[in-house]
Amino acid sequence: MDFFFVVFFLIQFIRKRLNTHVSLPEWDKKLLLARYTAIGLLSAFYILNESAFVHWLWYPFVLYILYIIYNEKDFESIRATVQSLFPFIIVGFLGDFFKLVAPTQYREYHDYFDVAKAFSFLWMLALWYNFQKQQKVLDKEREEQKRKDEENEAKKTSLEYLVAERTQELTIQTIELQRALDELKATQNQLVQSEKMASLGELTAGIAHEIQNPLNFVNNFSEVSVELCQELEEEINKTEIPAADKEYIAGIISDLSQNQQKITHHGKRADSIVKGMLQHSRASSGTKEPTDINALADEYMRLAYHGLRAKDKEFNATLTTDFDPTIGKIEVLPQDLGRVFLNLFTNAFYAVAEKKRVNKNNPAFANYKPEVKIITKLFGGKLYIRVADNGTGMPESVKSKIFQPFFTTKPTGQGTGLGLSMSYDIITKSHDGILDVSSTAGEGTEFKITLPVS
Amino acid sequence: MKFENRILLYMKILVVDDEPDVKALFEQRFRREIRNGEFEFSFAFSGEDAIEFLDVHASEIVMILSDINMPGMSGIELLKTIRKDHPMAPPIVMMITAYGDTDNYEQAMKLGADDFLTKPVNFTELKQKLQERYEG
Repeated sequence: MDFFFVVFFLIQFIRKRLNTHVSLPEWDKKLLLARYTAIGLLSAFYILNESAFVHWLWYPFVLYILYIIYNEKDFESIRATVQSLFPFIIVGFLGDFFKLVAPTQYREYHDYFDVAKAFSFLWMLALWYNFQKQQKVLDKEREEQKRKDEENEAKKTSLEYLVAERTQELTIQTIELQRALDELKATQNQLVQSEKMASLGELTAGIAHEIQNPLNFVNNFSEVSVELCQELEEEINKTEIPAADKEYIAGIISDLSQNQQKITHHGKRADSIVKGMLQHSRASSGTKEPTDINALADEYMRLAYHGLRAKDKEFNATLTTDFDPTIGKIEVLPQDLGRVFLNLFTNAFYAVAEKKRVNKNNPAFANYKPEVKIITKLFGGKLYIRVADNGTGMPESVKSKIFQPFFTTKPTGQGTGLGLSMSYDIITKSHDGILDVSSTAGEGTEFKITLPVS
Repeated sequence: MKFENRILLYMKILVVDDEPDVKALFEQRFRREIRNGEFEFSFAFSGEDAIEFLDVHASEIVMILSDINMPGMSGIELLKTIRKDHPMAPPIVMMITAYGDTDNYEQAMKLGADDFLTKPVNFTELKQKLQERYEG
């Protein structure tokens, strides 16, 4: 009876303390089995008239349980508590042993044994109670520790969150700074470029001014010399010198006259270059007025196309227009912007015509279709104009020089090299815009104009 | 007196330009007109020269052709002086402006220039203009 309670509560204690139901399901089953065994033993004891044999079976059973507890690592934490069982078991065993070997003497002393057993039982209970109390304190501490851990965990999480937030802020700042730096670099390049263009433009205009006067004399004197030659011929015809001599003199005069005409012709050529140069410095004539950019672009596209067609009847190109109908009218210098359009389109048509001419006998280009495109788009307070062609394109070395005055890839006499330089001035200076170019040699070129719209 | 009357049939023109070659150019360009006695040219090679010349010959000169960009006194200043010193019987003043020089053009216009020529001077046009003034 006493062993049953001890074993029953021991098993209950183990299951509760170690929470075997959850953490050690295998052992839980065995413990339940042990409980049923204990119940079985108790039942057998009473059914068999308080059989001494059954009573003795408790000892191997209890010893087995203790053996398991002391040999399995899983039960390490409860060994100390289990120790409290020892005195009770030893006293019980000594009493039963004495009863077995000397039943008569036992009867005489069995009161002492009962008292000892009772004391050992109390001892056990006291120890258990004590352990239980200590356990409660420990649990409380553990709870406290757990709470602190959780607090720390929460603090750690919030700190980590703060760190992550700060890191992200810094990353964003770095990206923004990098972008600002890139923008600054780009602006610096643009400034250097426009400064270079401006000084070149001034130099150009200065040279033009200086050349203009002497050139005027060349032209005027050569023109007047042609007139003089005519007069001279008339005067010679009035004299009476032999016809052969007259003819000889007439020949010389004719040569002289032709030379003068050549001087005039080339002088006029130089003059048109000088005029182009002077347009650089010329304070823009006219004022800004609301202009239909689409109509202006279309007009000059056709003008440039027919200009080229007049020279080369075989030339053909597709004109593609992609106009933004929402542009409305924009304040620009229509004549100047028209000049820019004319330059860009003339170049575009020249590029496609060149590509066709160069590859005339190349079967790979049999299907080449020259195309010049104009796209306008109003977006975010800015007007974007693109003039694109699928012509010869240009290598980087050419691209970097196209806005310089006098740079041309056209044969002598066909281009002054002032068109794009002037266009650049008109867009950047007169309109505060941007003129940009992208090109791939052999593929085509695209000019991009960006104009601020007030 | 007879002689002076005959002078009035000429059109006396003063050409003001700092380039000495202008003289040769005009004389050759207007060879026929000069020989036919239609025009008579005088030349001054600076604004100061022109003023000096006008002090003596003011009444004779009918027309002045002046360049604007000259060292010393500019054509604009010359025009101003002429309009101030010779308000009576004012000569016709034609200014020669450089190509695209709108500033000087407007200034000369304001100061009372009668006509303008742009460089390089188109002599056919100039001849026509002079002929019109001569006949009118």
